Amino acid sequence: MFESEMLTHNLLKEYVKDLVSKGQRIDGRGFQDYRPIEVKEGTFTKAEGEAWIKLGNTQVLVGVKADVGEPFPDTPDKGVLVSNTELLPLASPTFEPGPPNENAIEVARVVDRAIRSADAVDMSSLVIVEGKLVYMLFLDMYVLDYDGNLEDALTIASLIALGRAEIPKVEVKEDGEIEVKEEKWRVNLKDLPINFTFVKIGDQLLLDPVLEEEQVSDAAITLAIDKEGRICSIQKRHGKFTMEEILSAASIARSKWPEIAERVREAI
Amino acid sequence: MPLYVEKKPEVLITEDGVRTDGRKPYEMRPVRMTVGILDKADGSAFIEWGGNKILAAVFGPREVHPKHLVLPDKALVRTRYNMAPFSTPERKRPGPDRRSVELSKVIREALKPAIFVENYPGSVIDIFVEVLRSDAGTRVAGVNAASLALANAGIAMRGLVAACAVGRVGDFVVCDPNHDEDMWGDADMPMAMLMEAEEITLLQTDGPMTEEQFREALKLGRNAIRLLYEMQKEALKRPYQVVERSVRGVV
Repeated sequence: MFESEMLTHNLLKEYVKDLVSKGQRIDGRGFQDYRPIEVKEGTFTKAEGEAWIKLGNTQVLVGVKADVGEPFPDTPDKGVLVSNTELLPLASPTFEPGPPNENAIEVARVVDRAIRSADAVDMSSLVIVEGKLVYMLFLDMYVLDYDGNLEDALTIASLIALGRAEIPKVEVKEDGEIEVKEEKWRVNLKDLPINFTFVKIGDQLLLDPVLEEEQVSDAAITLAIDKEGRICSIQKRHGKFTMEEILSAASIARSKWPEIAERVREAI
Repeated sequence: MPLYVEKKPEVLITEDGVRTDGRKPYEMRPVRMTVGILDKADGSAFIEWGGNKILAAVFGPREVHPKHLVLPDKALVRTRYNMAPFSTPERKRPGPDRRSVELSKVIREALKPAIFVENYPGSVIDIFVEVLRSDAGTRVAGVNAASLALANAGIAMRGLVAACAVGRVGDFVVCDPNHDEDMWGDADMPMAMLMEAEEITLLQTDGPMTEEQFREALKLGRNAIRLLYEMQKEALKRPYQVVERSVRGVV
């Protein structure tokens, strides 16, 4: 995924490429197979909604924190959703502490764009007093263990965390004071846009790449599919694709959506 | 308080496909490309596209600073996409924000497949894209200009990279979305291709499209890109044509 880390051993490169040319992958999966998704049981944070998932050996923890505040002046009738990704130094020998770099910013924006373009979170339901007070949802995506395909792992975890979130109700009293109630409400998820990441190795498309596959890949692309099977966001990353390859990635992604969406629904 | 009010048009596109700027769905805004307009840069280009005015400059191959970034077997390619504070209706705070960091990355990844980086080991090629005036579609305009600036700098390339955005407004797939369509349209899809092989090196989408609409958008984008590619070649040749004409005049 990350170019700067692509100082890969030529032996590994040749090994992976050789396997792919024989129709195989290093972990024995088929080209269009997803790794198993495991959702950890338990509570690990103080977030209003959270999900710790494993996608193969990739582990991410997403927390949804809620707050109230003023809406943006150009969208007084909508709540606020803020997404951020932290590539923790403990997740990979190549991640360094410090403010989010371009990779962290990109992956956060790719997840955010999928959720937003599918209109998955009903933003108008976050309004308390139009133009004055709205719920603000902070989607904090923590990468704990990086073994490839953060885009998909973070999207899945984010949807689960959002779907699980229980947020205290807020009421504005007549004197303008804000009262936080015991009662909770849940985020209305109108759609489940799932990101599907493919890498191109030689002339083959591999779904849900592991780290080694990302490192040796010739190109990478992430496509989000919504519940109607529409493509709602795309991010081509390094390398180049033909039009046919993109259409084929889109149709594979479309055919995989029900399986992953069901997994997300189960977890919520 | 910004002294600017955003006005949403009542109709983004009429039933017979007339857009807010009078264009038909498949029409592009006027484009003008000029090469070599900066003296100190190794290569430069200026693109005017609709209301966009964008400068691109290339420095390199040159020495890498800081040294630890050196790649022993190929050139390092760096890109900075930046919007001038006066490029938008509301003053933009100077310096990088999350959007410009992402755009710098996607523009770099649009151009890099075109560059023979292995020809310049241990060096850096710096690409700067400065948006002076923005009017929807700055990233694709920037890619066109940056690709010209690379060629103008004499960097060895597999081909030019040309770029155009397409979008969806209601049931219409439209070419080169304008400001209104960018703000209130249903989908936006910037794309770039490495010519002449027509390989896609930039593709982003924001907003839903059915499979049919997506196919139409890809095709429309490709056709628009072919047109821009012709304009790029013309822009690269133009300075030399003047010389050729004057030489002929003498003879």
